[in-house]
Amino acid sequence: MRDPVIELDNIAYNYGGGELLSEISLSIQPGDFYFLTGPSGAGKTTFLKLCYGELTPTAGHTRLFGQDVRSMSRDDHAMLRRRVGVVHQDCQFLDHLPLADNVALPLTVSGRDELDNLANLKELLTWVGLKNRAKALPPELSGGERQRAALARAIIMSPDLVLADEPTGNVDWEMSQRLLQLLVELNHMGKTVVIATHDMNLIRAAKSKVQARVLRIANRRLQLAGADL
Amino acid sequence: MKRILADIIAVFVGDAQADRMVPPTGFTARLTLFASGAMAFLAVFALALSLASGRLAHRWGQELAQSSTLRISAPVEQIAAQTEAAMRVLQTTPGIASAAPLSDEEQRALLAPWFGPDLPVESLPIPQLITIEETAEGYDAAGLRLRLQAEVPGAILDDHTRWRKPLQQSASRLRLLGFLSIVLIAAVTATMITLAANAALAANAKVIAVLRVVGAQDSYIAKAFVRRFTLRALTGAAAGTILGLGAVLLLPSAQEQAGFLTGLGFQGFSAVWLILLPILAATVAFLATGAAARRTLSELR
Repeated sequence: MRDPVIELDNIAYNYGGGELLSEISLSIQPGDFYFLTGPSGAGKTTFLKLCYGELTPTAGHTRLFGQDVRSMSRDDHAMLRRRVGVVHQDCQFLDHLPLADNVALPLTVSGRDELDNLANLKELLTWVGLKNRAKALPPELSGGERQRAALARAIIMSPDLVLADEPTGNVDWEMSQRLLQLLVELNHMGKTVVIATHDMNLIRAAKSKVQARVLRIANRRLQLAGADL
Repeated sequence: MKRILADIIAVFVGDAQADRMVPPTGFTARLTLFASGAMAFLAVFALALSLASGRLAHRWGQELAQSSTLRISAPVEQIAAQTEAAMRVLQTTPGIASAAPLSDEEQRALLAPWFGPDLPVESLPIPQLITIEETAEGYDAAGLRLRLQAEVPGAILDDHTRWRKPLQQSASRLRLLGFLSIVLIAAVTATMITLAANAALAANAKVIAVLRVVGAQDSYIAKAFVRRFTLRALTGAAAGTILGLGAVLLLPSAQEQAGFLTGLGFQGFSAVWLILLPILAATVAFLATGAAARRTLSELR
């Protein structure tokens, strides 16, 4: 039995003004596909941050790939982030580098920018519809383009875990289907995927392609929503 | 040790990719260049001062310690006799290699700076000087004084210790001050580069955050900054050193009359010190930026 990818052991989190999340326990296994929903402000983004060690829980324990977040050094965090692809809601790029370099950034910083990896880059950019924008600087991109670029950057290292925060928020239905397809295919390759979204249509569309579970944050608690969506 | 060496090599070989991660910043770059250039320029003078005073102390210590002077003050008609008597005493004193009375021409040359070249030395009641060269073992100054007192009443022995010591002392102090100045200049350079590096790190907080998100280790991020500042300090200091050397070379060169100053220039091997200045500046920048980067990064999440 492999270690769970994410193991939350009765964790709580507060920003100093009362608890945002409490009594959350969850174990995500390799190859799982999760959706995370809930009203805005419920703590979806905070939950995702707890899932990749950006935040340390104020109570309880988070274990990522079997390692307790509290015992991790800064370099451990860096190494962890090479195994976790994160798509932020407000994706940040290096504004002075063209889009292709930004998408390849994880390869560059981990010293894996070899030619065959760069060939993948081209393919990936084509898939997310940014082939013609490869030389554009991030400030020149639209919101949707930025999101697609962020997704491409998150998965270029072929990470074991993909966490995406509203990855389809700014793109049209057709493109969101394409992005979903990409994540589903990664999942079929054994990667773990967690997507925060409040787009119920996206979740329904996914259900036909992959065995997805839906988590719902409400009243500071995490619930597993029924299969009936 | 190996890692430090690899880091140092990385500064020069460079990682073209890592270098591009941090956007170029024209203003801090120019400031760092200017600051290290100015500091190197000052360091050249501090170095010139130290080296010159070092030479001075050495020369005074060596040459003057080996020689002394005997002055014979007597009525004009007795001078020749007393000089002869003194020479006899000196020739029989162990520890004296040679002794010779100054000729009229030599005495005139000595006095020329004060009285002009056409002084009629012969007709003036000036004392006769005898220069004494010691052997390596030296002679017994007190014993010689006693013998001279008995045989040549007008003779006064000056073994230079009286005025050599304080001169030598102040020359070594001057050298110490020169080196202290270089240490201070290095410290100020470190301070300025630390401030500039801190400013650059703060200005690039977003870049650092993005690099962290995509899994860059602190050492990788630090390297991009360290490399930049080290190269800037090296370039600036090299330019400053060349300008400083140029300024030193433009100084009027030391002549016979000004031998006292020994010339502020760089002679022979001492020029090697100049090559060390840019290397010192680069080392200081390397360490200062590395420390600043590590400190700033460890405060980030």
